[in-house]
Formats: sequence, structure tokens, C-alpha cells
Amino acid sequence: MPKQSPIPDELDKPFYDACNEERLVIQYCTSCRRYQFPPRPGCTRCGNNASVQWRQLSGRGRIVSRVVVHDTPTSSLIPEQPFNVAAIALDEEPDIIMLSHLPGTPVDQVPIGAAVEVIFETTPATGQKVPEWRVAG
Amino acid sequence: MPHPGVPHSWFRNKDGLGLWEGRGKVVATGVGTSPTARRWDEKPETSMGALTIIAIRKAIADAGISPDEIDGLVLTPESTTGVSNDPKTPPPPGWEKHFKMASFPQAGITRGDIDWLLLNTPELKNVKFMMNGAMCMSVSFVAAAEAVARGLTQTCLVVRGWHNLAGRYYVGVGASALNTASGPFKYSSIWGLPACGTTAMVFEEYCRKYGKSHDQMANFVVTQRRNGLMNPDGFYSQHRPEMITVEDYLTARWIAKPANIYDNDLPIMAALAVVFTTPERAKNHKQKPVYILSHGQTRPEMMGVTPTLEKWEQATDRMGRILYEGSGVGPDDLSFENMYDGFTLFHQFHLEGLRYAARGEKRGYALDLYETDISIEGPNPVSPSGGNNGNGRTRWWNHRDTILQLQGRSPSQIRKKAEIGVSGAPMPDICDALIWSATPPV
Repeated sequence: MPKQSPIPDELDKPFYDACNEERLVIQYCTSCRRYQFPPRPGCTRCGNNASVQWRQLSGRGRIVSRVVVHDTPTSSLIPEQPFNVAAIALDEEPDIIMLSHLPGTPVDQVPIGAAVEVIFETTPATGQKVPEWRVAG
Repeated sequence: MPHPGVPHSWFRNKDGLGLWEGRGKVVATGVGTSPTARRWDEKPETSMGALTIIAIRKAIADAGISPDEIDGLVLTPESTTGVSNDPKTPPPPGWEKHFKMASFPQAGITRGDIDWLLLNTPELKNVKFMMNGAMCMSVSFVAAAEAVARGLTQTCLVVRGWHNLAGRYYVGVGASALNTASGPFKYSSIWGLPACGTTAMVFEEYCRKYGKSHDQMANFVVTQRRNGLMNPDGFYSQHRPEMITVEDYLTARWIAKPANIYDNDLPIMAALAVVFTTPERAKNHKQKPVYILSHGQTRPEMMGVTPTLEKWEQATDRMGRILYEGSGVGPDDLSFENMYDGFTLFHQFHLEGLRYAARGEKRGYALDLYETDISIEGPNPVSPSGGNNGNGRTRWWNHRDTILQLQGRSPSQIRKKAEIGVSGAPMPDICDALIWSATPPV
């Protein structure tokens, strides 16, 4: 899928650098013992900046929902319509949802509840890699 | 000149706060609504600012008071959820012949501005209290309620205008047209979800959990349009007065399945102003006072890119508890509910959080309720305003209609006696809501 290339900033550079190394890392607050994503300057619960560190995840999750996009606002994806967008709950923290086009899964045949594993997809404009997900096994 | 936002200490966003201290000390009286349009034609006299001035003057006239009596103004400055001009873009030719200029060049065009409004409504000579209620007019209603209850203003205008520029909202324009993505939306925008996408995802989870289907939304959406078409101020009644059918809904094109075109609200140009005052002063107003019994807020504790079903249910449950604790009323006291509907697929979260028309159920009953008589003639009127879905995108038709219902003059007046109502917006986990009453609290 010809995704837009995300432009990293100072805050999320560790996340995108790790993507380029094909590792999935997100922020973890050691005080609250809780993950958060997208990256924030501090913990969204306790507000502490110092307690937030980057942690690598297993790269496993589960499909909790999906839509089939027929009218995207994103120009580069209009020729791909219709396409799946799935909500992926991370194994380490199911409240954290990441999105996926589920490469390899036919449109409108998303297996809700299925286990998925992370892969990394290169975006065309800059070569920045981003996390994608495919049905495991 | 920058104006303050709503102090956090004014928000009622947790359990255990007891009855609201302002309960019964604030009323709404006059209501003024501008004409509507689909998009701005770039004429000064049809701009968002011009519509806002029309609404203000109509609200003051509706209240039957002198502009001199207005000593407060609360405004929601954001005037779209779509595209705005660059803030430095100069106004179109001829603008300065119609309006005095504020320091902000887009004031009155793609952003509301208190200073611009006061410059261009010179009859508002006595405004001392000024505040911005960010993002949603619900926030401005809460701010004005608190300000009147605290004695910071005696008679306060609550105002919001909406603009809609030419073109397809944000489809294929601006950031969506680029091959790169920056800023906080890059974590979701690269997947190409339209605005309704996350709501559709949570709705899908809801249907799976409770064994419901998208088809069960049909009667709600058709009823929304019916209620909206009764409103002479609504966009559809003014510009597209055609009723839709269940068949239309069930065969409509998908935007992000399971959200179709009718599950999305239509961006429009419109403005609303409402007069808030004290019960004592309202005795001299032309319209019957509608009492505010309490208000409540939810804000998300963001953990992921999109919300989850569990988070939305927790947030709307909390809103129900906060509102009922603060107002001293309960679900059985509600004559109707006018919670937000833009997108239709999350209205049931609000409704169920309030336990509206529940028969012992806590969750998963709303789509079954939608298949019963939810009309204004029936025993359980759902969204009698018609909401955004029946009138166009403003996030305030529901509040406006709640006031009109309790005054007994709504164009879609419910048939049973309207005694207590609830309105709130926008999202299930980012919401400001109020409980209103036709009579003072006992």
C-alpha cells in the first residue's frame, strides 16, 4: 500500500528509528507500569516525564475490529480502494490499538480475534519504515 | 487580545462531587439561529462571522431584552472540523467595507473571535465577561453556566459559528494530498481512515459483543431526518427537503464499512447564539426560562491510536453518573435525550451511558430500542432535534432543541410533556453535557 511517509520529530524519533531497524518500541511509564502510544512528552496518567522510557515489544497482537475503507481522504490510497484497516490490540497492553492494512488478507475478510505479528513496511516517499501486521501462522 | 479558556476547576469530571452548586441558578431564555448554507460563497454577508452576528441579534430579540443587558460573551472560536485557511491569509476583497478588522486576519472567516464580534456588533456595549469555550459549543454552555452561577456575568451570550469552505472538506486536499505525514495525526493518517473510521471500528466491536447489526440503525437515521425536516432552521429543511427511507439507508454507499454516507453528517455554514441569565432576571425575558440542573465532562486518557469499546463504555457510564449525581435526577426523569449524533454510530454509547429508556439493561440495548417507536410522538423520544444527522454539522442542534423542547416551542416538539432533558457533545470519551429542566429544582 502506498502509504504516506511519516516524518519523525524529536519526540518520536526513537520509535521511527527502531522501525527502520525492524524493532517495535513504544513508551512505558515505570511509575504507572503502563504503556502508551503514540509517543507523548510525559506519562498521560501521572504526567511524569522522567518515568517514561522506551521498551521493545514482542510484536504480537490480536485483531479486535476492522473497517473497509471506500472513501479515504488520503490521495495516495484512493487508487487502492476498497481496502481493510484493522485495529490491532497489542499483547503487552490490549488497550493500545495500532492500525494495519493487513497485507495478505482479502478485503472484507478480516478474521476478528486472530493473532497477528508485526512486520515492517517501507513507505515510498522517504523510505521510512512503519509497523504493519499480518495474520500469524 | 487573548481571552481565557474555561478553568479546569469548573469542570465536573469525576464521581463524588455531589449536587452542582449552581443547580437552578442559571437559565437559558433567548435562542437565535442563522440561515444555513452548504459552503461559503466568499461574500462577506454570508461569512461565518456574518451568520454569527445574525444569530446574536436574533437571540437578543428572542429573549426580548436590550443589548445593553448583555454583560458576558462565551464563544467557541473553532468554526470547523475540516479545512481552515492559513491564519495569515488576508480576507477577500471588499471584506473591510462590511466589517471592522480585528488583529487576526481570519477572524469571522475561518475562526470565531470575541474581539471581532464586539467590534462588529457595536450595540453590545456592556460586555465585561469574555471567555473561549474550546472546540465545542458544549464547552461554552458549561462555561457560561458556571460564569452565571458564580456571579461573573448576569446575562451572557453563548455563541458558535461554523464555516465550510469550497471543495471536499479534507479529501485529497491539504495534508491528505501530500506523500508525507507530519504532526500528531501521522500515527493514524497514513492508514487512510476517513473521519468516521474509528467510530465505525468501535461500532463493529459493539455489534459483535452484543449480537447487533448495522441494519438496526436504519430507523434511528430515518427518524433523525424526519425530526430535522420539521426544523425550519435546519440545513435539510432549507436546502434539501427530501425524506429518506429505510431502503435508502440500507443501500447507501459505504464510507468506511460499517459506516455509510448517512452515518456521516454534512458540513455546513450556520451559527447559533443563546442567552443565559439568572432566574431573577429571566422574569423580564420574553421566553420561558429553562433551568440548568448540572453539567459533566469526560476527557480521554489516550493510550492508543484509536479508542476501544471498553473505554467508550467506561467514559459514557461515568458521564451518566456525574450528570445524575450533580442534578439530583435519574434516568427515569428524562423526558427525552438529545445527545450527539455526528457520527450516528456512536449515539448509542451516549444513550446507554445515561441508561435512557432502559428496562433494567445496562449495555447493548440501544439498537433494539431504535427499532421501537423512538419518534417524537412515542413514549421514548430519541434525539428529537434530529441532531447533526437531520440538520447538518454544528454540534449544537441538540442543545438548541433541548431548550426549545423545555420551553414547549420546538418545531419537533415531543408529544408527552417535556420536563427534563439532556444534551451533550461531541464524542463518547470527549464530552460536555448538561441536564436541563422546565421548572426550578425542588
